[in-house]
Amino acid sequence: MSAAVASETPRLTVTGVSKSFPGVMALQDVTFTVRPGTVHALCGENGAGKSTLMKIINGIYSPDTGEMRIDDEPVRVRNPIEARAKGIAMISQELNYVPDMTIAESFFIGRLPTRFGKVDWAHMRREARRLLAEEGLDYSVNRKLGSLTVSEIQTLEILRAVYHDADVLIMDEPTSAIAHREVASLFAKIRRLRAEGKAIIYISHKMDEVFELADDVTVLRDGTVVSSQPASEIGPETVIAQMVGRDLDHQSYPKEHAEIGDTVLEARGLSNSQLFEDISLSVRKGEIVGLAGLIGAGRSEVVRAIFGLETLDAGEIEVDGQAVRLRSPKAAIDQGVVMLSEDRRLVGIIPQMSIKQNATLASLRKVIRGGFTRRREEETIAKEYFDRLSVKAPSSETRISSLSGGNQQKVLLARWLIAEPKVLLLDEPTRGIDVGAKFEIYKIMTQLARQGRGILMISSELPELIGMCDRIYVMAAGRLTAELTPDQYSQETILTHAMNDSEVV
Amino acid sequence: MLARLKALDTGRYSIFLILGAVVVVASFLSENFMTTNNVTNVLRQVAVITILAYGAMTLIIAGMIDLSAGAVMAFAGVVSVIVYKDTSSMLLAILAGIVVGVACNLVNAFLVATLRTPAFIVTLGMMMIARGAVLQLTQGQNVLQLGDFVVLGQGSLGPIPLPTLFLVIITVIVWYLMSQTRYGRSLYAVGGNEEAARAAGIAVERVKYQAFIVNGVLVGFAGVIFMARVNAGLPNAGVGYELQAITAPIIGGTSFSGGIGTTAGTLAGALIVGVLGNIMNLTGVGSYVQQIVMGVIIAVAVAYDVWSKRGKRKTVILKNDGEADGQPPASGEAPVPAGSGTASGRQGKGVSP
Ligand SMILES: Nc1ncnc2c1ncn2[C@@H]1O[C@H](COP(=O)(O)OP(=O)(O)OP(=O)(O)O)[C@@H](O)[C@H]1O
Ligand SMILES: [Mg+2]
Repeated sequence: MSAAVASETPRLTVTGVSKSFPGVMALQDVTFTVRPGTVHALCGENGAGKSTLMKIINGIYSPDTGEMRIDDEPVRVRNPIEARAKGIAMISQELNYVPDMTIAESFFIGRLPTRFGKVDWAHMRREARRLLAEEGLDYSVNRKLGSLTVSEIQTLEILRAVYHDADVLIMDEPTSAIAHREVASLFAKIRRLRAEGKAIIYISHKMDEVFELADDVTVLRDGTVVSSQPASEIGPETVIAQMVGRDLDHQSYPKEHAEIGDTVLEARGLSNSQLFEDISLSVRKGEIVGLAGLIGAGRSEVVRAIFGLETLDAGEIEVDGQAVRLRSPKAAIDQGVVMLSEDRRLVGIIPQMSIKQNATLASLRKVIRGGFTRRREEETIAKEYFDRLSVKAPSSETRISSLSGGNQQKVLLARWLIAEPKVLLLDEPTRGIDVGAKFEIYKIMTQLARQGRGILMISSELPELIGMCDRIYVMAAGRLTAELTPDQYSQETILTHAMNDSEVV
Repeated sequence: MLARLKALDTGRYSIFLILGAVVVVASFLSENFMTTNNVTNVLRQVAVITILAYGAMTLIIAGMIDLSAGAVMAFAGVVSVIVYKDTSSMLLAILAGIVVGVACNLVNAFLVATLRTPAFIVTLGMMMIARGAVLQLTQGQNVLQLGDFVVLGQGSLGPIPLPTLFLVIITVIVWYLMSQTRYGRSLYAVGGNEEAARAAGIAVERVKYQAFIVNGVLVGFAGVIFMARVNAGLPNAGVGYELQAITAPIIGGTSFSGGIGTTAGTLAGALIVGVLGNIMNLTGVGSYVQQIVMGVIIAVAVAYDVWSKRGKRKTVILKNDGEADGQPPASGEAPVPAGSGTASGRQGKGVSP
């Protein structure tokens, strides 16, 4: 349909692009064309090279070989500022923000509006306020980014990229952290931009999104292009098969029956005057419990508070029936409660450390014993979990920061599996993880449940919650609005309760 | 092939190659350099700075800094000397020096870890306090006639000067702490990403206290050896040593932004500085020029640290193969668009009235 809108010259072409990193051939002779007025989806497993290709287009990396054309003109983009000047904007996969920056500043960073040579703060705040209002967001533009949740920041990033209107808009997993309502408004925005003739490159591991939006689909595997064609000529199954290089049949969730035992985590009346109020929930052994809600509902904050990362003004927590005070993550971990954070960059990875050291960080007692570091044991333990999670890295000594986003997530999950916890608090555990590996993670969750561990999972993907959970709590505006059992599950029910904030206020 | 070798090895071992090169060049510049006498002398002289450098390295890896090291060293050394003169007990004197070093650093730790004041400011304050304290204690007078105390700085065990022997023992201990213990691993984690370290169950505050305590022991002991070597309790000693102590780890590959650094690298860095100073003495370079040279080295080392990190982005931007991509993979800082950090700091002020 949009082929009619599209003119013959491609908006963007890259030809013969190769890029290697020490020990990895990230891209090999990649040719990729984006037509104006289309959405071009880029699919591939974790580590296939999607982000690397986008970073080359955005001037963050320079290719070893290959060239790039915009509107059939050869161009060289040496850094993101040049890219922006050429009309390329990118929403990157890893959130990269300065916690002390205000919302207004973040919109204009890099191109502050000036008036008589002075930065025009008033104009900046006015514009930012207008943008937020259009979006129906009502936070103050003077709020610091550090006080927002990952999904709120993600939403702002998208707003910003769209605001500085670019001809080529790269979105690297934009929906990995935002909730239902925001996804709908993002899609509306993408469609509008497409109608205006912009070219949008869209990376996602979610096939339904890809096929809802894309005009063209390109599949990458191990750094090479496997196929590139109109979305109408290909289906999700084919794409997935091309991504993994074999047929994969697991459309359903690997939920198995696990014996449900005693309550392992019980929270009563948790309150934090700023963030949430009167939250009572429980998780039993062998149970997978979901926590649903929209962004800003306070789900992450509740979980962070249980883990000792936010203060509690009131409330009690019991682990295995014993009242405990979890004032710090260390106290929580000592009690067998661990949390996989939604923000892997800020509260997850230690970028300078190897993936092995990152994986064992929460279980140092296991690898540093009797006064010495047991390097071989450390290697064995880490390796076992990397294999189970199929972490893709040149070696276990590789620095975690050089891994693809999805693989970093797997290493962090390995960290918590090695700690052998009683309760796992998983905040968006499959964020940025490819289809195949997602299935592996679900299997591991099932396995953990069967071992009698309790899992409390936050997810913005409703099918995932419905497919995996024994019970689902729903939050809205800092309060619990529902507790659902499987017979009550449906996307509509969950959403109704999630949007139920009027009744609470 | 050659390029590949270079890529593999120079990164990790370049500092030792530089040390080797400096030694070779030095032995050509002066025939006195390679004499037993001179080598022993250099090894004796570098002991104090290297011990301080290990303390500085510890703190820098954990994402902090100590500007009070020089002053605290003087304070600790003078107290030690006074205790020795009063009690004639070498053991008590050494302990007293260490206690002073640790006490000052516990104050630093309290302000930095518990009250969350920036280490830069806190230790700048401690620098003045410790210097004032030692001057007050001695009324600005040098303490002389130390008797047998000088053995600690001037004595030898066979051919090995005692300070050198202490340095060797301390090097092994520091290496052990940094590379073999949970404390060491935690230190790197805290310096690498404090929030992530906390969320992985590391007691961040405790680790910071531990780092300051280790630094205190090292600074205090360095003070003891220093005073013994000069055979006097000098309240004005150690001015500027805190900066020299920082130079060695930075030259040796410790990253100013935390999370990276090795004991061996710091030792090599300290030896490079020591040998350079020595060869300049031997070839008659004036002390003013020596200061300039050292200043240049510090600036270059720090600039290199900053550059090599930003350089990673540069690295990948360079088109050619070989050199550029041979470097270790780009670290965490997935390149930030346009001036993020500092710029925003300034804007921050602009916005909030
Ligand atoms: N800066 C780097 N240094 C070294 N290796 C890198 C670097 N960046 C990426 N790689 C490697 O290149 C390969 C491709 O990574 P890339 O980030 O492009 O994957 P991706 O397709 O975006 O995956 P994901 O879905 O997990 O985000 C991976 O094997 C990764 O480890
Ligand atoms: Mg990616």
